[in-house]
Formats: sequence, structure tokens, C-alpha cells
Amino acid sequence: MFLEQLINGITTGSIYAIVALGYTLVFGVLGIINMAHGEIFMFGAFMGVVITSTLGLPLWLAFVAAAVITAILGYLLERLALRPLRNRPDSHLAPLISTIGVSIFLENLADKLFGSGNHPVQNSLSEASFTIGSVNIYVVQIVIFCISIALMIALSYWLLKTKGGKALRATAENLETASLLGVNTKRVIMVTVVLASVIGGIAGILVGMAFSSVNPQMGLSFGLKGLAIIILGGMGNVKGAMVGGMILGLSETLVVALGYSGYRDAIAFIMIIVILLLRPQGLFGTKTA
Amino acid sequence: MLKVAGVDAFYGQIQALKGIDLEVEEGSIVTILGANGAGKSTTMKVISGLLKPKKGKVTFLGKDITGLRPDQLIRKGIALVPEGRAMLAEMTVLENLEMGAYHRKDSEVDKDIAQVMERFSILKERKDQLAGTMSGGQQQMLAIARALLARPKLLLLDEPSMGLAPIIVADIFKMIKEINQSGTTVLLVEQNAKQALKIADYGYVLETGKLTTEANAKDLLEDTSIAEAYLGG
Ligand SMILES: Nc1ncnc2c1ncn2[C@@H]1O[C@H](COP(=O)(O)OP(=O)(O)OP(=O)(O)O)[C@@H](O)[C@H]1O
Ligand SMILES: [Mg+2]
Repeated sequence: MFLEQLINGITTGSIYAIVALGYTLVFGVLGIINMAHGEIFMFGAFMGVVITSTLGLPLWLAFVAAAVITAILGYLLERLALRPLRNRPDSHLAPLISTIGVSIFLENLADKLFGSGNHPVQNSLSEASFTIGSVNIYVVQIVIFCISIALMIALSYWLLKTKGGKALRATAENLETASLLGVNTKRVIMVTVVLASVIGGIAGILVGMAFSSVNPQMGLSFGLKGLAIIILGGMGNVKGAMVGGMILGLSETLVVALGYSGYRDAIAFIMIIVILLLRPQGLFGTKTA
Repeated sequence: MLKVAGVDAFYGQIQALKGIDLEVEEGSIVTILGANGAGKSTTMKVISGLLKPKKGKVTFLGKDITGLRPDQLIRKGIALVPEGRAMLAEMTVLENLEMGAYHRKDSEVDKDIAQVMERFSILKERKDQLAGTMSGGQQQMLAIARALLARPKLLLLDEPSMGLAPIIVADIFKMIKEINQSGTTVLLVEQNAKQALKIADYGYVLETGKLTTEANAKDLLEDTSIAEAYLGG
């Protein structure tokens, strides 16, 4: 029983972590909170429904479709909602509002395209499970966990070891310095927004698999949890997003296991209050003036 | 090599440069002197592409480079070490050096990095340390070393001696001289006018956005009015 809960917690936590990664990447480079990230994530989730449940195509194709669609959404978001507002004196507030606009638009678009209400997610893996000792494990959970971990390792490796990743970190730290060193910062910003969106899209599919249902409004609740996680982990901090996601997933599961399932969605916000009181820069954040 | 002609530059409504004309000959060290707020850094920003001039023209090696971005200009051979060094403080010393060679595609990058670390042994000792944890003088060394790894033809240095102890300042000036002798043209902005003129070939004096005086560095050193204004008597 305990082990099953632990596995549930880790599965949920690893999804939360990659939802939060999208926020943290964009915040790190652009210094803004992308309020449309949750809705881009939701579009990824719907690709899972359309490809596997509606069309009956294999799961891997859903990942490809989600990546393509969310990459396009990310590209349009940067071109239409972020870039025109750059270099303005109100450059922090304006994109916050424009991305809220995009999120409302995308939510309604999804409502029109896919229909409102809950859509069940079904694929060949949905029911498969096996038992070790007395512990029942769903194959889906293993798949989610492996994909999340692989994604986090790949992203960390890319950021730490490759030229493109270093250019992104340099741009995140100081846009002017990066451009003086030869980085085309416009392109780095575009890559960041697209990458964050694709990661969000993949997270969307995983959520569909984990909770077996998606709806056009899901972007908001997952988005808010993602935001809570980056406040917990430290804004713009990749490690913080990963650890923060795990902490949230595990504590939610713990609360449910203890019988307080009504409080599950409150955990994220309790965590924000506590961290802001004790360590406002977040677990892994550094103090800035 | 570099020619700036009739450049006006603005920050919003504020005009920082008014009709700047200056020239840098290949192989030389040219220095720009001037009081705080005269527009020295702004001149460097225009040449390096950080700020687009409203009027005028910048030519480099016979080509019009006005309005190009910094990442395009570094590929043409212009590197700036900005005022305050602009460390990538959250990246390691080695990563900062690697970023210096970011635009290069040749196979000698690793060799050059190794060579730079031989020359500045402190950078080698601290290569895995975060750049932000280095002292001011070490950061300035790193900033210059990083710019050199771009293999620039023209190196722009904005107040490299700022905030450093006199003994380190002497080191920095010696280093600039060496860099120049190994074939890199240098445009140097300095508050430390006397030392700058000692290593420079030619000098300009900038006052509230206008160039007021230009002459051979030797003559400027001997000019009594310049001495009174900028050399501390
Ligand atoms: N980002 C900016 N926004 C608005 N005005 C600026 C900006 N940067 C510089 N200025 C103004 O432009 C003028 C020239 O500044 P600049 O930095 O070029 O001077 P400087 O000669 O480099 O001075 P210092 O010796 O203090 O470095 C000053 O009046 C300054 O106040
Ligand atoms: Mg200056």
C-alpha cells in the first residue's frame, strides 16, 4: 500500500516537474511568466486524445503530433505575443497580460475544436499492470516516469554540456553579454519558447495517460501548480523545477493517502506561503537585490 | 581600419553623441579620454553594435557596418570588453572562456583555450569555479582573455582598470600592450588617462558628446591643458 502510494507520488511528481520546466526555462531567459504555458500543455494533452482514442493510432505518434503542434504554438506565441512587446519600459507587465490573452484564446479554441467537458484517454497501455509481491504497478506509471526522467536528463545535459545550452544559459544571465560574445539572442529566445512549449506538450500527453482524462480547462489548474513549483524551487532554476515537482507530487499523494483528499489541491498553495515566508528566493534560488 | 563618421546617438530623447568622427589605424592603440558622462561608453556601444546610431556611419575594413548587431560584428572581428566586465557570473571560468570562442568553427579553439590558461595561470587554477566568485582583477583578466578567444582584429576595452588596485592596473596595461604587439588593434577608453596615453599611439578627448581634441598620444601627454583636465595636474 505504502509502496503503491509512493509510486503514484513519483509519477505525479515527475509530470509536475516537467510542467514546471517549461515555466522555468522561459522565466530564466525572458524574465517573464508565460501564462499561456498551461494552455499549450493542454493542447499537447488533446493530441493524446485525438491520436490514440479518436483515431486509434499508436502512442508514439501522439508524442510526435503533440511536439509539432506545441512547437508551432510556441513559435506563434513568441512572434505575436512576446516579441512585439520587448524593449518596452513595461516589459515585465505587458507580456504577462498578453500571455493571459493567449491563454484565454487557446482555452476557447480547444473548447471549439475538441468539445467541452472531459475526454477519456484510452490506449493500449491504459489497463496493463503487473504485480510485484503485493504491489500493483501500472505500466503507464513506468512509462511516464521513464519519459520524464529521460527528458530531464536530456535537458540538463543539453544545458550543461552543449554549445546551444551554454548559449541559452548565457542569454538567461545577461542578454547583452551573450550577444557581444556572438550569440544571436533573438534566436535563442525563440528556441527557448519553442522548447518550453514542446516540453509542455509532452507533459500534456503524460498527464492524459496518468489521469485518463483531459479537458479544455485543465491548463489552468496544472499551470498554477507549475507556477507554485517554480516559486518553491526558485524562479528560473532547472534543478528547482525538478525537485519542486517531485516534492509537490509526493506531498499531494501523501495527503490523499492520509485521508485528506479534499485538501490535495491546496498543498501547492500552502507550499508557496511557507516558502515565501522562510526562503523567498526558493529552495535553489539565489538572493538578488 | 575603423572609421566613425558623423555619429549621433540617443538614449530615448537624450542625445549622448553629437557628430562623432574618429579613426583607428590597423595595428595601433587608440585611446578615448573624457570625464564621467562624456559619452565614452556610448561610443563603444555604437561601434560594437549594442546601440544603433541615429545618424552617421561606421566603417570597418572598408565595409559599412552601421546598425549591425553585436553577434554579427564579432564575426567580422570586433570584440568589446564592456565597462564592468560583464561576467557570466553563474557560469564557470572555463565556460566563460568557451563562450568567448562561441562564434568560432575552427579546430584550434581547444588549443587556444589551453594557451590562454597557460598565460593566465589563475584562470587555470580556478577553471571550475563560478566566475562570479573571482576577485575584480581576476574577473578583468577573464573578461579580456574571453574577448581574445574570439580572435578579434579590433579589441574595444571600456575602462579595464576601473576599480582595481594600482599594482593590478599596471598588469592590465602591460597586458594591453602585449595584446597589441601580438597584432590586435586596440581602442581603449580610460579614466586613467596618463597610463592610457603612455601605451597609446593616438588619443581623442570627448566632452559632453563631442570630440574636442585629438592628437598623437605623446603630444597629448605633454599638453598642459589636457594634463590639468584629465591627468590630475
Ligand atoms: N542607458 C542609458 N539611458 C539613458 N541615458 C544614458 C544611458 N547610458 C548613458 N546615458 C547618458 O548618456 C551620456 C553618456 O554616457 P556614457 O555612459 O557614454 O558616459 P561615459 O563617458 O562612458 O561615462 P563614465 O566615465 O562614467 O563611464 C550620459 O549623460 C549618461 O547619463
Ligand atoms: Mg563609461
